[in-house]
Amino acid sequence: MKKSNYFFVTVLALSLIMSGCQQGTNKSSNGALASSAAEKVYVAPGEQDEFYAFLSGGYSGNLTVYGLPSGRMFKEIPVFSQFPTSGYGYSEETKPMLNTSHGFIPWDDLHHPDISQTNGELDGRWIFVNGNNTPRIARISLATFETEEIIEIPNSAGNHSSAFITENTEYVIAGTRFAVPVPQRDMPINEYKGNFKGALSFISVDQESGRLDLKFQIMMPGFNYDLSHPGRGASHGWHFFSTYNTEEANSLMEVNSSQNDKDFIAAINWKKFEEYVNNGGGSKMATNYAHNVYDDRTHTGTSTMVKEVVTVDPTQVPGAVFFLPTPKSPHGCDVDPSGEYIIGAGKLSADLTIHSFTKMLEAIENEKFDGEAYGIPILKYEDVMAGVVKSGGLGPLHTEFDGKGNAYTTFFISSEVVKWELGTWEVIDRKPTYYSVGHLMIPGGNSRKPFGKYVVAMNKITKDRYLPTGPEMEHSAQIYDISGEKMQLLYDFPTHGEPHYAAGCPAELLASKSQKIYRLDENEHPYAVANPSEARVERDGNEVHIYMSTIRSHFTPDNIEGVKVGDKVYFHITNHEQDFDVPHGFSIIGQNTSELLIMPGQTKSSLWEPKQVGVWPFYCTDFCSALHQEMQGYVRVSPASSNIELSWSLGED
Amino acid sequence: MKKASIIMMVGPLFLMGLYVFPLWTIMLGAPQYPDPLGMNIHIDGIQGVNEFDIQNIDGLNHYIGMKTLPKPEEMWEFSTFPLVIGIMIGLGVLIGLLGFFKKVNYKWFIGWFIFMSILGVLGMYDFNAWMVDYGTNLDPNAIMKLANPDGTPMTYKPPLFGHTKMLNFDVTSLPATGAWLMFTGMLLTIVASVVGWRNRKAPHVKNPVKSQHHE
Repeated sequence: MKKSNYFFVTVLALSLIMSGCQQGTNKSSNGALASSAAEKVYVAPGEQDEFYAFLSGGYSGNLTVYGLPSGRMFKEIPVFSQFPTSGYGYSEETKPMLNTSHGFIPWDDLHHPDISQTNGELDGRWIFVNGNNTPRIARISLATFETEEIIEIPNSAGNHSSAFITENTEYVIAGTRFAVPVPQRDMPINEYKGNFKGALSFISVDQESGRLDLKFQIMMPGFNYDLSHPGRGASHGWHFFSTYNTEEANSLMEVNSSQNDKDFIAAINWKKFEEYVNNGGGSKMATNYAHNVYDDRTHTGTSTMVKEVVTVDPTQVPGAVFFLPTPKSPHGCDVDPSGEYIIGAGKLSADLTIHSFTKMLEAIENEKFDGEAYGIPILKYEDVMAGVVKSGGLGPLHTEFDGKGNAYTTFFISSEVVKWELGTWEVIDRKPTYYSVGHLMIPGGNSRKPFGKYVVAMNKITKDRYLPTGPEMEHSAQIYDISGEKMQLLYDFPTHGEPHYAAGCPAELLASKSQKIYRLDENEHPYAVANPSEARVERDGNEVHIYMSTIRSHFTPDNIEGVKVGDKVYFHITNHEQDFDVPHGFSIIGQNTSELLIMPGQTKSSLWEPKQVGVWPFYCTDFCSALHQEMQGYVRVSPASSNIELSWSLGED
Repeated sequence: MKKASIIMMVGPLFLMGLYVFPLWTIMLGAPQYPDPLGMNIHIDGIQGVNEFDIQNIDGLNHYIGMKTLPKPEEMWEFSTFPLVIGIMIGLGVLIGLLGFFKKVNYKWFIGWFIFMSILGVLGMYDFNAWMVDYGTNLDPNAIMKLANPDGTPMTYKPPLFGHTKMLNFDVTSLPATGAWLMFTGMLLTIVASVVGWRNRKAPHVKNPVKSQHHE
């Protein structure tokens, strides 16, 4: 205890000193650069940004889309959290998307977006994200910017070293942060050590449809698998995971998991595992997880429970897993664009440790091991280490690359971004962040081909950066120009939720293929109406199905009678517009869910359970046209005993 | 006369472009329509410049009480025009062919051109009459009934040629590819006429030989 107290006091003192210094230097340099900085982030009205940036929403459960360099937010894409704005997770079609083995989960903690790649370069087909809390991986279409698929990860807990993709999008990789009993069972917590497992999941991606399939899980020792990145180029076929708590402590983790001088980076040769599994290796284990798929033709999500998973004991696949000792609970585990360097950011230290892939292969070849852990060979630190960046900062977390031989690392404790050179390990520049930066993003920074023009630093602490809004406020981000030798702070903007990570790409990769409407003639929703003449109301016991269409500026039908108290009334609404950016909304008094926001050509359904007799209005919530205020209608609700027949109309008196 | 006749045969063939390309294009742009809506007027019907433009123009027009844009079966013109154009092409090629065999002279070429021009003017007159009806014969129950500054009801006839401002829309009406091909074809028949007229007295030395070959 005492030792750790000293440590944190030192850290605190250092961080105070550091932040003091930074404020001083910042003030002196701000004036001269202010005007050119403004020009660099100014995107004139009507002009568009150079880059898309996808910032994770953290505990918002959703993904946000920004433009760079302006820092303007374009969209919040609902993924793991219910989103009343569009009805995601409330509409009948999207409720299945949030189904899990624990039932309907309205929320998650979304951490790490990664854009699909071909040959290690961004291809802009999909973006993958992880749900941390109830382990899930989601795939989002970059044509519709909507969530198309969510797969739950069994045997995992705190799905944190996820969702990182291999360089041809062969796999989305998801590692567990918390080791857990596998299979889950009732057992004493203090029997963790040696009994809990750390599952690393390999989810294959269909190259045409993008469909996910949990192909196999590697049952690793019960460490905490924190972050991970794929090999690329020569190291393609390998995947690297940072670990902490190799002590396998189960309580007071902040101290007890920080005792080992070195934890590990786990190097996994997934091609060997893939081959092993393809040849019938591994064992089938009974399990239960949800696989949810959304179809943009039926506009409907379906949830399927899967009952089996292939697990692999890593000791059964020789030469496929190695541990690389890495100092002090490494967080970031980043691979440079060439695939040669694996950068471990020891978050409780001042330094970065860089491992060499070539040296690692040599050490494996020569079987120069320094013992083993649970049958997995440990390589010697000196044999695999290529260099150390003596940064002078504190608390390194995450490194990305500019494609010009430089790396940029965030330092949480000392609140700064440090630019250093690959190979010489020399620090070139450092700039403060405001405050306590977690992660950073260079568009394509996690690929073979980064677009090294800007870096965005995502901070954990906001304090005085914006006008105060009470105790709770949005996080802050800073964008820096990194096109020159020295970084230049350009702009500061608030972000939504808690962005942990981000992915970015050039605008032209996505802008031209962004879908404008859904085609009505491709709408295969079972309750869609292709033509207003098909609009109708049907009763099936106490279920009432209203097949309704909308177009500027009316609902068809807009007068409905014959509904009774106790009925389950389903409004199935098809937007008949085929014009870009003309959604219609739907809401009705007493709706226990949320409104619906229906895009052109789309059908969405809302369940309404009227509890009171009366004549209840519904209306369009989206200001769709000059006649928007007139876009309304009534449902007459009669007593349960009433004999009034169902009837519906539009424009009749 | 041989050269003139060949030009006369080729000219009317340019009118075949009307079966593929639009005759006229009317574009409607507004601030909230950075990608303007547009209609291509073909001899056999009206099509959107982009796939859903017709539906979207109709959607906007219903506010001011304009009728929906006619489907091909709703206007006799769209079944008659293709026939008339076909007949004129056939006639033009036939005149050229007869000219080639010296059965008719260049005056027939001029005759075709004048006839075609009359039809063209009639077509334009008809088109304009339709636009007047479309733009002024409004639904008395229209959602928005707007008046000019002098108090007369506002009408919405698109221009036959050129640009006009209608409420928030900039409307531009111009000949399209089909029309330009037609103009080119008609111009060629004038060229044929001029060439034929210039050569009207020139002795055709080779012609008897050639015509013998043909006969």
